[in-house]
Order: sequence, then structure tokens, then C-alpha cells
Amino acid sequence: MEKVILIRYGEIFLKGRNRSYFEKVLLNNCRKALREIPDVNIIRAQGRFFAENYTDEDAVIDALTRVFGLVSISPALKIDGDFEEIAAVSKQMMGEYLDEQAKEQMTFKVESRRADKRFPMDSMTISRELGARLLKAFPQLKVDVHNPDVIFNVEVREHTYLYYKMIPCAGGMPVGSNGKAALLLSGGIDSPVAGWMIAKRGVALTAVHFHSFPYTSDRSKEKVIELARILTRYTGSIRLHVVPFTKIQQELYERCPDEELTILMRRYMMKIAERIAVKEGAAALVTGESIGQVASQTIESLAVTNDAVDMPVFRPLIGFDKIDIMETAEAIGTYETSILPYEDCCTVFTPRHPVTRPKLERILRSEKLIDGETLIQEALDNVEVITL
Amino acid sequence: MKEIYLDHAATTPLVPEVIDAVTDCLKNDYGNPSSLHRLGIRAEKRIKDAKLKVSELIKASPEEILFTSGGTEANNTAILGTAYDKKRRGMHCITTAIEHPSVLEAFSHLESQGYEVNYLPVNRDGVVSPEDIKNCLREDTILVSIMHVNNETGSIQPIKEIGSILNAQKNRPVFHVDAVQSFGKLEILPHFLGIDLMSLSGHKIHGPKGIGALFIRKGVRIQPIIFGGKQEGGLRSGTENIPGITGMGAAAEWTARRKEETPYYLSGLKKMLAEGIKRTLPDAVINGGLKNTAPHILSVSFPGLGGEILLHALEEKGVYVSTGSACSSRSRKYSHVLKALNLDNSTIEGSIRISISYLTTEEEIRSFIPILAETVKRIGRFTRR
Repeated sequence: MEKVILIRYGEIFLKGRNRSYFEKVLLNNCRKALREIPDVNIIRAQGRFFAENYTDEDAVIDALTRVFGLVSISPALKIDGDFEEIAAVSKQMMGEYLDEQAKEQMTFKVESRRADKRFPMDSMTISRELGARLLKAFPQLKVDVHNPDVIFNVEVREHTYLYYKMIPCAGGMPVGSNGKAALLLSGGIDSPVAGWMIAKRGVALTAVHFHSFPYTSDRSKEKVIELARILTRYTGSIRLHVVPFTKIQQELYERCPDEELTILMRRYMMKIAERIAVKEGAAALVTGESIGQVASQTIESLAVTNDAVDMPVFRPLIGFDKIDIMETAEAIGTYETSILPYEDCCTVFTPRHPVTRPKLERILRSEKLIDGETLIQEALDNVEVITL
Repeated sequence: MKEIYLDHAATTPLVPEVIDAVTDCLKNDYGNPSSLHRLGIRAEKRIKDAKLKVSELIKASPEEILFTSGGTEANNTAILGTAYDKKRRGMHCITTAIEHPSVLEAFSHLESQGYEVNYLPVNRDGVVSPEDIKNCLREDTILVSIMHVNNETGSIQPIKEIGSILNAQKNRPVFHVDAVQSFGKLEILPHFLGIDLMSLSGHKIHGPKGIGALFIRKGVRIQPIIFGGKQEGGLRSGTENIPGITGMGAAAEWTARRKEETPYYLSGLKKMLAEGIKRTLPDAVINGGLKNTAPHILSVSFPGLGGEILLHALEEKGVYVSTGSACSSRSRKYSHVLKALNLDNSTIEGSIRISISYLTTEEEIRSFIPILAETVKRIGRFTRR
């Protein structure tokens, strides 16, 4: 008898002939997620993965629930033997479960699958016989086939697996199976959530952060590094590019119309991010923008920002309310870090009355008031890359 | 790049003598002073020795020193310990609006327990008026807590006058002084000033962090706020922090050897600093003025500028100072001290604190002035329109 974790994946089945590629990526991602857990072993068998040979079950479960592409996992007992053996172990498991729940009455049903046809009983018989044994052993149990409190599962394969817990996972697709994108990562609440959502669709991330020392402190940079680190728990390794941005802001401040500063700044950020994306082999940009949240996120402003680059720009939060974004941030563990009070002093460069309906031609004219190409090149030459 | 550390009011670097003493203690005297064997006795000797060194610096006796985990615990012990002990006599306390948070928050806790606390205002120089305190005194006043030197502006409070006012009272309240910032910089002798309780900190005088002391005048009773194995006569339970205590003793000894010249040396540097700033940056405002302030703290404001931006820009040049307001795009957190001085918001926002110690050199101040002037001018080009 051995403890194992049964790992199910869903969506990648749909991918026809690519299935084995997706499975390979997913298996590799599971292994990476479990890298820090000693001795654990993952094997692939019959459309499932199994985690074996671990001691800290909670740690394995915690790590696996963050792997995109997994649908659910079940801690199970793996046994070899006849029906009597199955019944004995099942009784023991059910007894432990009922003690844990400590309720006067509970409903259950047994579900069985028999992949190994050499086993003498068919799945219907296994369910019926095991159900009867459990009913007899535990007077507090009642059968309910439609809406049971607990489903006891028996899977007879090469070995037999017994389990009653089904822990939902993140879903989505294996990171790396759908290319790479560059995430514009600020210290705020939105951008980490946007990155998480795109990564969930199987996209690997590289991150770009704009640092305006001394207007933003090294503490705010540390905060962004921490956010990227939290994201890596879902995405695997991320290369974070910290771009020195002060000079561009100062030039814009001195030469361009005040009310256009934010939108001009956004365009320069997009341009720099696009260049980094190309270098990193990323084919799209990801931002945390959502319609109307601030002046630079009106439809008109988004259009002007979008015009700065040729790459597709993904804005997964575009239709989200702030409160929904905050909830997701909490669920994925970035919220607490995002709200840390090391905010920036960039208000110096924030116009009091920013344009909300910028005209592209005017912005393009203003943009030329500074030597953009030289400044972009200088910023790119001084990028600090942090591999997380 | 040569670094210039001008944030000595936040904390001070350890001097080699202290590091050696702590290292020696960590290596050789690891015993628990409560142990009956000789290792315990050796550790206990370390405490006695450190108490003697600290007490000598304030002309008190060693039995009047209680080691704590730092200035915060000393302040908490003094305030809560007195309030709990004197509860039956009265529940009224007096303090000022510019105290350190470890005093203000302790009082705010007492208020939640039903005590009444008066927070006295200060004048534009950051000084409380003894007259105000006199007028506030009541039959049921049990505690007056006033800091000696303010940590943000360096303003010196009239401890002597307040002490004599209290001494003249029939029902004399307990007088607590938070001397964390002045300890080792200005002479403060509790027995000559009517002080009953006085808080001190190790890391402000080149000692280690995590160690401080409370002077408790002989005969003054307070209740403990930490309970356990009844160390220190039950006043502060918990195995004593022997390496920290040794470090604070060594730091006190180091400070004592320089105590005559220290105030003059620091005043000289501060004068040089203030004149240099005034000469190169005529728009600068010295907060709280220069008269009657501690020789090691200078609060200066550049109205219109962001103090935090200036701090980071100086950091880029290897210069470390501190600021009176934290910068933030959503909420502004102004220093309660600078607000109490009635300064306008742009002065508060543009203020930095420059603080020095005996380790600061004339050369450092001389190199600092042009760096500050250049940085202020550079940053000044970019202010919010």
C-alpha cells in the first residue's frame, strides 16, 4: 500500500495530434513545480499523472494546484490485491474520513472503473459489493446516488487506486505551450493579475518594469521583484527587465504639454517593452489596463497607446471592475504585496488635468519634441535583468 | 563613491570597541545569569559591569538601571508601569504632541483603558511651555512624560523647569523623560533634574540594536509589563540579553570618554552645516530654528520639493539622510512632529533630517554641502505643475 496523488488534466486532450507535446510540457511543468520537494517522483500513465514517493502531502498538493493545465488532483491509496483487500482498505479510509467529519449521518456512493479487465469483478459489481460492505460497517452511512456527501472511488488499473477527495486545480493550459509574451509589470494590483491570466492560457512570461529613481525608491523595485517572484509560482522562471525611465520622464516634462505627459509616457513604455519582447522571443505585450480606470485608460487613450507598437497587446482585465481584480489578486497571492505602501513619487510627472480624449496626430507631434530614439536606446542599454 | 552617513538619529554605526566587547561575550560568556554555576555568575558580572558604565554616564547608581529591549520597551515600561501602579491614586497623565510613537501609542493604549491624557502643543520652535504643564496639573495627575530632545527637529524641552514645577507639587506626579535622542550627546542627569524615570537606547550611541535601558530612581515603584521568571527583581522577566547588555555597556564607556568634548564638536559641525546650506541654498528653511536645539539634529526644508525624492537623489550620490514625510501617490503621511510645529504642507513635504554623531567628520560636511546644493537644484527643476 502506498500514498500517491492522482493528477488529472483536461483541456489539452482536445488538441488532437499535439496531445503528446502538450502532455510533455505539462509533465515538465509539474516536475518544475515540485522541484523543491524532496524525492517526489511524477510518472505519466494512461492519460493521468501520478505523484509518488513524497512525505509532505500538503506541500505537493499546494504546488500542483498552481500548475496551469491541471484540472483536479486526488490523494489516493495505491494497492495491489483482490476485492477483499480493496474492501478492507476502503473501510479503513472511510472510517478515518467519518471520524474527521464527525457527523451523525452522511450519504455516499461508490464509483468504480475497471481498466484492467483481468480483474474478476466488473465495475458495477465492485460498486455494489463495496457499497454494501461500507453500509454494514458504518451505521451512520446512507446511500444517495444523486447527490452524495462523499463519493468513494475505486479505479482498477495495473494497480488499484482508492480515493474520496477531489481537489480542483487552476485549469488553463500548460505554460510554454502557447508561446511567450512580455508583461508590463508595475507595483500595482492589476498587472500581476493580467500576467497570471495570460500565463493561464499557456503563455510563458517575460516582465518589464519601469524604474524612475529617485522618484521611485529601491523599495518599490524590491516590491516589483517580489511580485514577479510570486508569479513564478504559477509561470515558472521569469526574466524581469528593470528599465531606467527617469530621463525620459524628465525630458517629456521639460519639452511636452503638461496634460499629455501620462499618455506620452505610456507610449514610450510600450515602445521599450516591445523592443525587449522582440529580444526575448515574445510575440505580444500584456498590460493590466481596464477601460476607464484612469485617464490613460479611456478608449481614446488606449487607442493612442496601442498605436505606439505593432505587436498585439493583450489586456485581459479590460472588462473587469477593480473589485474583481482585487479578488483575483488576493486569490493568487499578489494582493498583500501590491498594496505595500512603498508607492512612488511620480506625482511630479502626473498632470493635474490629463487629457482623456487625446488626438493621435497631436500626440505624435508632441512625441517628436524629444529625441525618442536616442533616449529609448539609452534606456535599453541600461536595463537590469533579474532572473526569477 | 565615498558614502556619507548623515542619519545618526535613526541609528549609529557600531564602534570597534563595542564589536569587540560583544564578540568576546558571544564567544566566552554564553552562560545564563540565572544559572547557579560559575558560568551564570560570569554572565551576571557582565550585567553589573554594564549597569555601572551606563549609570556613570548619567551620574546614577547601577541599581537604578533596568535593561530593556530598546527605547520603545523602556518608554512602554515607564508609562504603562507607572499608570498601572498609581491607578488608585489617579488616572490623569500629561505628555506632548511631539513625543515618539512608543510614548504616544502607550498613552493611547492607556486612554482605551479609561485613563485621561493631555497632549500639550509646542511652539513654532517645537518646545513645550512649562507654564502649560503647570496649568494642566491636577490632584489626580500621576505621570508627566516629556522627551528631552525631539528626534525629528532636535528641539530641546525645558526638562529642568518642568522638574522644578513638579517638585513643588504636593501630590508630586512621576516624571518620565524619554532621553533616547539626547543620551550621550547632551548631558542629562536625572538626579539633578527631578527625573524619576528615563529611557535610553543602545543603538543611538554606537551600541547594538535590541538593547536599551530605563533609569528608575531609587524608591520609585512601577509595575512590570512582562511576566515570567522574575529576573531583575520581577521587573522584567526573561533571560537577560547579555551580548546586548555588554554592547551597551561598552558603548556607554566609549561615549563617557568623549562626553566633555562631544557637544562642542557636534555644535561646531552643525553650525558649519547650517551655514553651508544657507549660503548655497538661500531658500532653505531650518525647521524649529537653530537656537535651543540639540547639536546633532538639523531639520531643514526646501519648500516645493519632495523630501523623499531628495532623499533618494542624495542616496544616489552616496549620502544618507531621512525625511519628515513619506511620499505616496494616494495618501500623504505627514510627520506629527512637523505638523505640531504648525508648518505648512509644502514645508513639511520638502523637509529632510540631517543628523550627525561624533563619528561624523568636518570633511564629510564639507563634501556634503555642494552635493546637497547640486541635488536640490537638479530636483528643483522638476516639481509638480
